[in-house]
Amino acid sequence: MADDIVIRAEGLGKKYVIGHEAERERYVALRDVIARGAKNAWRMAADMVKGRIVVPGDTVEEFWALKDVNFEVKRGEVLGIIGRNGAGKSTILKVLSRITEPSEGRVTIHGRVASLLEVGTGFHPELSGRENIFLNGAILGMTRAEIKRKFDEIVAFAEVEKFLDTPVKRYSSGMYVRLAFAVAAHLEPEILVVDEVLAVGDAEFQKKCLGKMNEVASHGRTILFVSHNMGAVLGLCSRVACLVKGSLKCEGIPQTVVNQYLAYAGSLAPNAIRELSPDVAVAVERCEVEIVKPARGRLHLRLTVGLNVHERASVAIELVVRDTLGVPVGWASVGALNSDQKLNLLPGRIGVTSLHDVSVLGDGRYSLTIMISRPDIEYLDRWEDCLQFELSEEPVLGAERRLQLGWGFGGVEFGYISHDVQPGTSAESARLALSSF
Amino acid sequence: MSDLTLPSARTLIIEPGRAERHYWRDIWAYRELFTILAWRDVSVRYKQTAIGVAWALIQPLLTMIVFTIVFGRVAKLPSEGAAPYPVMVFAGMLPWFLFSSILSGASNSLVLNANLIGKVYFPRVIVPTAIGLVSLVDFGINFVLLGVLMLWFRFTPSWHMVFLPFFILLAMLASLGPSLLMTAMNVKYRDFRYIIPFIVQFGVYASPVGFSSSVVPAKWRFWYSLNPVVGAIDGFRWCVLGGQSSLYVPGFLASLGVVALFLWLGIAYFRRTERSFADLI
Repeated sequence: MADDIVIRAEGLGKKYVIGHEAERERYVALRDVIARGAKNAWRMAADMVKGRIVVPGDTVEEFWALKDVNFEVKRGEVLGIIGRNGAGKSTILKVLSRITEPSEGRVTIHGRVASLLEVGTGFHPELSGRENIFLNGAILGMTRAEIKRKFDEIVAFAEVEKFLDTPVKRYSSGMYVRLAFAVAAHLEPEILVVDEVLAVGDAEFQKKCLGKMNEVASHGRTILFVSHNMGAVLGLCSRVACLVKGSLKCEGIPQTVVNQYLAYAGSLAPNAIRELSPDVAVAVERCEVEIVKPARGRLHLRLTVGLNVHERASVAIELVVRDTLGVPVGWASVGALNSDQKLNLLPGRIGVTSLHDVSVLGDGRYSLTIMISRPDIEYLDRWEDCLQFELSEEPVLGAERRLQLGWGFGGVEFGYISHDVQPGTSAESARLALSSF
Repeated sequence: MSDLTLPSARTLIIEPGRAERHYWRDIWAYRELFTILAWRDVSVRYKQTAIGVAWALIQPLLTMIVFTIVFGRVAKLPSEGAAPYPVMVFAGMLPWFLFSSILSGASNSLVLNANLIGKVYFPRVIVPTAIGLVSLVDFGINFVLLGVLMLWFRFTPSWHMVFLPFFILLAMLASLGPSLLMTAMNVKYRDFRYIIPFIVQFGVYASPVGFSSSVVPAKWRFWYSLNPVVGAIDGFRWCVLGGQSSLYVPGFLASLGVVALFLWLGIAYFRRTERSFADLI
């Protein structure tokens, strides 16, 4: 049935205009300044009268955030949109939710759309929880009657019964987010457009959100979901589209598209340097990673961290290893659990090299996050995904193969212990019994 | 839930320039959000202030006293007919405050609600117009005050009072045009907000608030009426002061014309620019 397509985008494009300052001549002639000033003033005045955007600068440049984007979404489908920052994901959602107008192309939508680009849009700190439920609900497009009907459910979901008449400025951030999401979760649109809202809240809350979204999808509603969290995309979406620099590069089965995207996105960076914020006691200035394999032995990761120490401190270095989906798979530290290993640093620039056994990880690509902390007190610096490294190893003597991260099993293969075949059964059925187990 | 199984009758087409077509229908569809935004602004205003409603009383009372002394006693300007000077001033101040509070509130409203503009869709025009409803609450308080003042001076209003709602609407419409213009400009050029306090400060003397517009020399009276607030203030005095005040008809019509012109300008400019608000704010 042709009616089954609820969103159809054809040739969608969105243009922004950005201004540039021209390079200044060495000798500035007053005549030139006046001439340029007059030209710019004329252009700006003309734009102002025509109601266009006035862009400061000497030359203006067009920037296409979206260009010739075509896609269709069927009823009941959950379409995930992935892409790097600035690829145009949010622009698509903004166009679909009518916040901004496209510059070209057209979108046809059948059904009521609710967009959730943020939880708690319009929450007012001075108003009570009860008042904010009505306010936020109306902003998200619910009618007053609808909110009244679902009020108790919303309050129960958010677990804020006791604080309904307290201004939300006195809420803890957890309560605030729960209440905000509870309102959003009780929207009953036919099409739900969701941005990175899962990025807020703790793990427990994220699980609840994912669960609620799954429930929504199973009721036949259509969801358009944008995320960086590949795990969430894989878990939730029935189809995934990948945006690169404003155009749709690929779409299809989630696992395939995600793999393609990761192959495109992950470029191996053996070391990284960054600009420093000078106001912290200890900051990571640069880091390097290297995979080493001793002649006889297991794979090791050698991490060198360049620290800039501003004041004397006793710190621990921690690293978190995440797989390509962003799921943490491992952790290591110098001094975080063993306080006698803590590093006593004196002001200046120092390098710390540590060696970690990574032989249990499967072959594939990983990212590293480095954290400097005063154990159990505070984090001094945290550098998310500063490095990436790739493991690939020939099978060790005696083993037939090594696990590949891309197979989707994870990195750890559990050892085989035993199995038992009962007399009288054929080998065929024993294998079946084993696999169904 | 059953409605989800049926293909929805509502089809939305998003295209460049398309938003224009269902403009007024869309605004009607979002009327609940309009009232809720107005209610939010009212309740927040009275929650955040220590003396709450008293604040809405002190300001007009003090202004009235100052104007009565400066214009009535010191400058010895005449009142309208036999009406007590304070009542005459207060009757002019009501529409002026309505006008100026909408103007200053609405002009900043879009920028103050930037988080909403960037995150959800709704007809943008309901943000500045909701301010009209908020200002009407303050107006109500002032109106009670006027009643008390009239009792104090034992001044009985005439049957003209029945036309008052019309002039309230006129004062609101008079401010709506410039407000829409200003708020749309303010999104793009934030320096426009500095103009508003100036207009308000200047306007209270340029408009017949502290004095009667009958003191304006006859040959300038028509040109004076091009100030859109003049029509609303004169109309107000005509309603409240009854036979003591006379309406200068050519000027009043000119005022109406200016109000309509600004309204058209404001709405046209707002509609043309509102599509890009989310990109700018």
